Amino acid sequence: MKETSRPDATELGAQLRSGERSVVETVQACLAAIDSRDGELRAFAHLERERALARAASLDESRRSGAPLGPLFGVPVALKSNLCWEGAVTDCGSRILAGYRAPYTATCVQRLLDAGAVPLGTTHMDEFAMGSSGENSAYACSKNPWDPTRTAGGSSSGSAVAVAAGFVPLALGSDTGGSVRQPASHTGTVGFKPTYGRVSRYGLVAFGSSLDQVSPLASSVRDIELTLEVLAGPDPLDATSSPGRFERERDFSLEGVRIGRPREYFPEDLDGEIRARIESGLQGLVELGAEIVELSLPHTEVAIPTYYVVATAEASSNLARFDGVRYGQRTPGDGSLVGMYRATRQAGFGDEVKRRILLGTYVLSSGYYDAWYGRASKVRELLRRDFDRAFEEVDLVCGPTSASAAFPLGEKADDPVSMYLSDLLTVPASLAGLPAVSLPAGLVNGGGSALPVGLQLTGPRGEDARVLAAARLLEESLPLPGSPPHGEVRP
Amino acid sequence: MSDWKTVIGLEVHCQLATRTKLFCGCPNEFGAAPNANTCPVCTGQPGALPVLNGRALELAVRAGLALGAELAPRSSFARKNYFYCDLPKGYQISQYEQPYCTGGGIVLASGKKIRLERIHMEEDAGKAIHDRGDTTLVDLNRAGIPLIESVTEADLSSAEEAHEYLTALKEIFQYAGVSDCDMEKGSLRCDVNVSVHREGTPWGTKVELKNLNSFRHVVESIEHEVPRQIALYESGAAPVQETRLYDPDRKLTRSMRSKEDAHDYRYFPDPDLPPVLVESRDIERARAGLPELPAQRRLRYGQELGLSEYDAGVLTSSREVADFFEATLQHAEPKLAANWIGNEVLRALSDPDVPGERLEELPLTPEGLGELLGLVAHGTLSAGAAKKVLRVMIVKGGDAASLVDELGLKQVSDTARIEAWCREVLAAKAEVAEQVAAGNEKAVGALVGPVMQASKGKANPKLVRETLLALIRATST
Repeated sequence: MKETSRPDATELGAQLRSGERSVVETVQACLAAIDSRDGELRAFAHLERERALARAASLDESRRSGAPLGPLFGVPVALKSNLCWEGAVTDCGSRILAGYRAPYTATCVQRLLDAGAVPLGTTHMDEFAMGSSGENSAYACSKNPWDPTRTAGGSSSGSAVAVAAGFVPLALGSDTGGSVRQPASHTGTVGFKPTYGRVSRYGLVAFGSSLDQVSPLASSVRDIELTLEVLAGPDPLDATSSPGRFERERDFSLEGVRIGRPREYFPEDLDGEIRARIESGLQGLVELGAEIVELSLPHTEVAIPTYYVVATAEASSNLARFDGVRYGQRTPGDGSLVGMYRATRQAGFGDEVKRRILLGTYVLSSGYYDAWYGRASKVRELLRRDFDRAFEEVDLVCGPTSASAAFPLGEKADDPVSMYLSDLLTVPASLAGLPAVSLPAGLVNGGGSALPVGLQLTGPRGEDARVLAAARLLEESLPLPGSPPHGEVRP
Repeated sequence: MSDWKTVIGLEVHCQLATRTKLFCGCPNEFGAAPNANTCPVCTGQPGALPVLNGRALELAVRAGLALGAELAPRSSFARKNYFYCDLPKGYQISQYEQPYCTGGGIVLASGKKIRLERIHMEEDAGKAIHDRGDTTLVDLNRAGIPLIESVTEADLSSAEEAHEYLTALKEIFQYAGVSDCDMEKGSLRCDVNVSVHREGTPWGTKVELKNLNSFRHVVESIEHEVPRQIALYESGAAPVQETRLYDPDRKLTRSMRSKEDAHDYRYFPDPDLPPVLVESRDIERARAGLPELPAQRRLRYGQELGLSEYDAGVLTSSREVADFFEATLQHAEPKLAANWIGNEVLRALSDPDVPGERLEELPLTPEGLGELLGLVAHGTLSAGAAKKVLRVMIVKGGDAASLVDELGLKQVSDTARIEAWCREVLAAKAEVAEQVAAGNEKAVGALVGPVMQASKGKANPKLVRETLLALIRATST
């Protein structure tokens, strides 16, 4: 762990457990930081102030009474607003769920609670996690604390900003095609997408069910490891969750570890400064004893179209339940059932969500299924095999998380295809279900602002611990991102 | 009209008799308060996920085995996408490309086999209630209840065959404990596909009939639909491919939607559910849980117990009756037990004074009945007296021996007392005695009745007859 001005969750947790500081004063300080800065940054969509303070007081009480303290004892956390926390607003950044309070708690949130964490509220996001900039939220677009005229990335925008700005040391997001790794890259935080199935999806509002993973954001790799130890493991409520818990590799060494450098991840037009940061990251790995191996992942170029067929197909079905019948907003329309459906969905969904529902409906339609969804499923298999072959040669794969640093808000808002392409380097691991971490690799100059860029390490299915152990070692040798100029010094 | 052939296929939905729903832990029960049996999963709350109920799979496998079908080692769930207010997720989880079961079938009495194309698992939808003024009410208690849908090949050629097939299917599922198949509660539902064609020509256009709430409606709807289609062809027109609803009050079918309006369900594999793997040990376990089926039992009752086809049919009409019969056999002869169960016990079930419409609701036990029949077989009790005792056992319960004492019905086999009653009657009916003496032995029946009456039914009728004959012979020689 490097020295930073702000304690990470691991250090804060130690202080809280020892009684050096109380949970109540910690939560109060977080809320004060949010009050002072979040009016501009817009990380939080809904604060659960009273609930957080009450929980903090009861945690302090249980510490005084000598009760056993969980691994995240007293740690304030932020939840993306597509994660169900009973009674809290879980609107997924969508008008159609305006005011919807979850009637139950997601498994991941329950595990955080059981470990002693204190959720402060839910965060802004692109509507139903569809977007890469936060601009698709129906409520507010989160701003990047490094330069508030720029995107914080998306779709887990608010969760990334909450950590980057120093409001909380830890946040949960969800990553379907890069929705945690890309904002982590843009905000100088650590974002990790676990192996598909590692963390239960029960209570994560579905976008692309075969891709979605609950994914943490933090300011250090060890915090991510700590969080995975709490979150990972089978869940009887999610049939796609996998057996086996997560345990960090404490004695991992990079000595002799082979790191793949896929040539497709370093295209000709990759920004020179970003290239330099990633190359120095690779150099850091070499200095730690790793060996760099050039390789090819030939299907990378079809990853984006494949992803947008698979994800939209699943989304078109997953979002069918938002029909105004049982919960959420209802618009009566002409009074008929079909009229109510039309009016409700017309008024409730934003443009990008409608665009993806239409795309997904089309690719599943009779007569088009084979050419689109069927073929995309086959290409997905080819992408998986690319990685399988690569991992016969190397232990991990390394490259940039994103080909650009945070772009100015509004730049891509009207150009969905260019927005889709910004996921190019994160989507392959999603399609293959692999664990991948983005960690800060330094700063680049973007229009006069210093902007962080992320380095991505990807591992074989189930090798989450190894990916994070390598990232932890590399983190030590990478330049400090420091605190963003528009953030808050975390109390 | 005689050269028209009818082609029928049936799609039958059966609710599985599980304790809980297919993908969540809510109770699978009929008649709860609206929306009482619901949770985040079966109301389609955002973020909720389905997990397959292992017991439902077990029962589904058992159904497949009972129908002689082939079980797929690997099958999968798909989403059937459409919008309706009783469908909480906007899709139904069903099986499409990979059903868990294919083939099998049922052999009709004629020897004709009705083949099954497939059986698949799926979840039931909720219920929309439209007859409350302007509003539609939705009850999701039924949403997520496990169903198996069995689809026949188009092997049936008449309403009668359809009826026979359905009766047999229901019987098998009930026996196997797969489903209670109660159409009134909607736990068995049937759709009919029907077409007509002239012998030697290709099949006609298929029409689907829905809203068939009883086997009688299935029969009636076919009987009304077939002439409608024939009339269309004979007038130079042809049926259109469509779905028609049966109106049981007006006894006709009317169009619900045509092929053009058919939904594009956009089936695709459900990413929330891993493939369903059925291993040979699962199959063996299900096979072990499978009871002897009605057709097998009927055969055995005829061959091993010497019962008539009629009796065997009556006794196997439900698993409950057959099990009751077999338990009675521990204490009584098969034929005697068959007669008494068929004639007395089952008849009592339709008697309004009897507390219960099903065997298991009666206080009568197979042991109790067996004991009673033992008394009859040993001559302790006359048939008439036994009926009186049985009546009490059916209505109030109690054991046969004590009831016989209590009611004072013990059969009298004491020859002295019987002779006394016989002499009384012979004195009063001398002319009948003379007929008997003249060689007409059958006439003695007219004397037995009055003796039984005199004894208040307690005299052993066999002894009475013998005594009467002996007394008459003694007087005439």
